[in-house]
Amino acid sequence: GKVSAVTMGPPRASDILRECLFMGADEVCLITDRKFAGADTLATSYVLSKAIEKLGKFDFIFAGRQAIDGDTAQVGPQTAEKLSVPQITYTEEIIEVKKDKIRIKRKIDGGYEIVESTIPVLITVLKDVVDPRPFSSKRVMAYKNAKSLIELEKLAEDNSLLAVDKLVHEFEERGLYINTLTTDDLDVDIERCGIKGSPTKVYKVESVVLGGGEHAKVEPTKAGLGELVDQLMADHIFG
Amino acid sequence: MEFKNEIWVFIEQRNGKPADVSFELLCKGHKLTEAMGGTLKAIVIGDDVGGIAKQTFTYGANEAVVIEDKSLLHYRTLPYSRILNNLVKEHVPRIVLFGATVIGRDLAPRVASHTKSGLTADCTDLQIENVKYLKVDHPNLLLQIRPAFGGNIIATIITPDVPTQMATVREGVMELHPLEKPFDGKITKLEYKHDPVDDLIRIIEQHMEDNKVNLKSAPIIVAGGYGLGSKENFRLVEELAHTIGGEVAGSRAAVDAGFVTPERQVGQTGVTVRPKLYIAIGISGAIQHRAGMQDSNKIIAINNDPEAPIFGVAHYGIVGDATEVIPTFIETYKHKLK
Ligand SMILES: Cc1cc2nc3c(=O)[nH]c(=O)nc-3n(C[C@H](O)[C@H](O)[C@H](O)COP(=O)(O)OP(=O)(O)OC[C@H]3O[C@@H](n4cnc5c(N)ncnc54)[C@H](O)[C@@H]3O)c2cc1C
Ligand SMILES: Nc1ncnc2c1ncn2[C@@H]1O[C@H](COP(=O)(O)O)[C@@H](O)[C@H]1O
Repeated sequence: GKVSAVTMGPPRASDILRECLFMGADEVCLITDRKFAGADTLATSYVLSKAIEKLGKFDFIFAGRQAIDGDTAQVGPQTAEKLSVPQITYTEEIIEVKKDKIRIKRKIDGGYEIVESTIPVLITVLKDVVDPRPFSSKRVMAYKNAKSLIELEKLAEDNSLLAVDKLVHEFEERGLYINTLTTDDLDVDIERCGIKGSPTKVYKVESVVLGGGEHAKVEPTKAGLGELVDQLMADHIFG
Repeated sequence: MEFKNEIWVFIEQRNGKPADVSFELLCKGHKLTEAMGGTLKAIVIGDDVGGIAKQTFTYGANEAVVIEDKSLLHYRTLPYSRILNNLVKEHVPRIVLFGATVIGRDLAPRVASHTKSGLTADCTDLQIENVKYLKVDHPNLLLQIRPAFGGNIIATIITPDVPTQMATVREGVMELHPLEKPFDGKITKLEYKHDPVDDLIRIIEQHMEDNKVNLKSAPIIVAGGYGLGSKENFRLVEELAHTIGGEVAGSRAAVDAGFVTPERQVGQTGVTVRPKLYIAIGISGAIQHRAGMQDSNKIIAINNDPEAPIFGVAHYGIVGDATEVIPTFIETYKHKLK
């Protein structure tokens, strides 16, 4: 088998992909374009699904349950729907992988269940399901100079002797090219990408005004707390 | 664009038992239809769910759409999302609401993805308003209100350019108000058409743990935060709760630190509670935490930082070190109630 790490993000997301290489990913892919910026979960899942289709056949897609910034837990299922594959969310444990089936323990409301899915399938995992593998120092040496298209374009810009096409070719030969997909490489409808393709709009943001401390101050002493307990007894909360 | 003024609520059931959150959403949906006109429909999928369909009329549904089959007894992503995808595509409701449960969060994104609808997770309030956005008037838009990521900011999300607006809401966020006289609603039964993809995933077995903590109905809650500093110190919170007859809860930071189990987390991504008394100890009072407890009847905050935001929602504030205040509190209480 082969493991590919795929992320959509700004050019600096190549840092994360290099870390994936250090941890053992066979292949990495950066999906980046100004036109992808500002995407909500719907537009994100649209571009991700197009990129995944382009990358070819897969058995499993693993995603986090939720991103730390958003806490929405939507991108996984939304991508699965677009790829027309089944999904298993809230994975707690992968029990067994057979030739054409996978068995998983997943959280449900009030308990857990064990399910068996055919392959391909998209799986979202809860945190702590596995410990990330530490970087291998050999792989760090091998891949620390891996570069995305954007990074190679930058190199070429700073040095007129270098041409991007040649650099890409050279890095590919050395296995150091971070596959980079932009709107040019994907069969995407620009209207469905980035901020344009995102139905959710922020209408208002309001700072929460904290109540000006209109609370009774209670001294942390026996006398102070005693009065508080009396008060709560009078209110029929205690007693 | 002309839209149909229909609000749908997905009625979740587990083993034939309806989820509280679905009825809470019906009550909210009823309020929203009062604001924008139109009808409230309950979408009930399962096996033998006619009883649940009838119950929805008590919470404000005008109509219950029922899809029944033996194979629909337990929730599975594919038959359920396929059914809803088709229904939403065919009828184009204006709003669809889901509980932010494991089931709702598995289902809603698939339906939103399929129908290219906007979807906002974990809303803490929903309102109807005539909105002017980028110079265009949008009558009766759904305001999807939730704390923004990080910081003490509340964001109002809208999805003005799509026919269907979707949102998920956690259990306990909306209040349950049964109607005095249930509606004389209509039950519409739709046929379930099986598709081979429905069986790509099989449920092998299910385990339910019944000793579920019930924070929602506890009259007294004692919640501890990261400020307790250690699991040992957190014992003091448990001891106080035990002494005064309360349930133990925690902030997310306390849960992440392993002081207390996740099902006891209070807040936007935990449980929303409205007890008679809420005691917050070593909790700073981040907006995501306050979202889950600020409607408590009485709030006592114990914190060593007099500037902590939690004092802003407290009725009684105690500035002091938790490890000293709690033992004094316990001692005083025992002495008074002997
Ligand atoms: C999308 C999202 C969702 C979230 N959902 C939730 C949620 O549902 N629930 C939730 O709680 N949080 C949630 N959070 C996290 C939230 O933003 C805060 O980080 C969290 O509530 C902080 O927990 P805390 O108050 O226990 O810790 P801290 O913010 O670290 O506060 C600790 C407090 O303890 C006080 N303290 C320290 N030592 C002592 C002592 N000895 N005695 C007394 N007081 C002491 C400090 O002054 C401080 O005020 C969410 C965050 C995000 C981004
Ligand atoms: N831009 C992205 N590129 C790759 N994967 C993503 C991206 N955004 C979200 N995901 C995946 O979807 C999961 C859930 O994200 P979210 O729906 O934002 O909470 C994440 O843990 C990731 O696995």
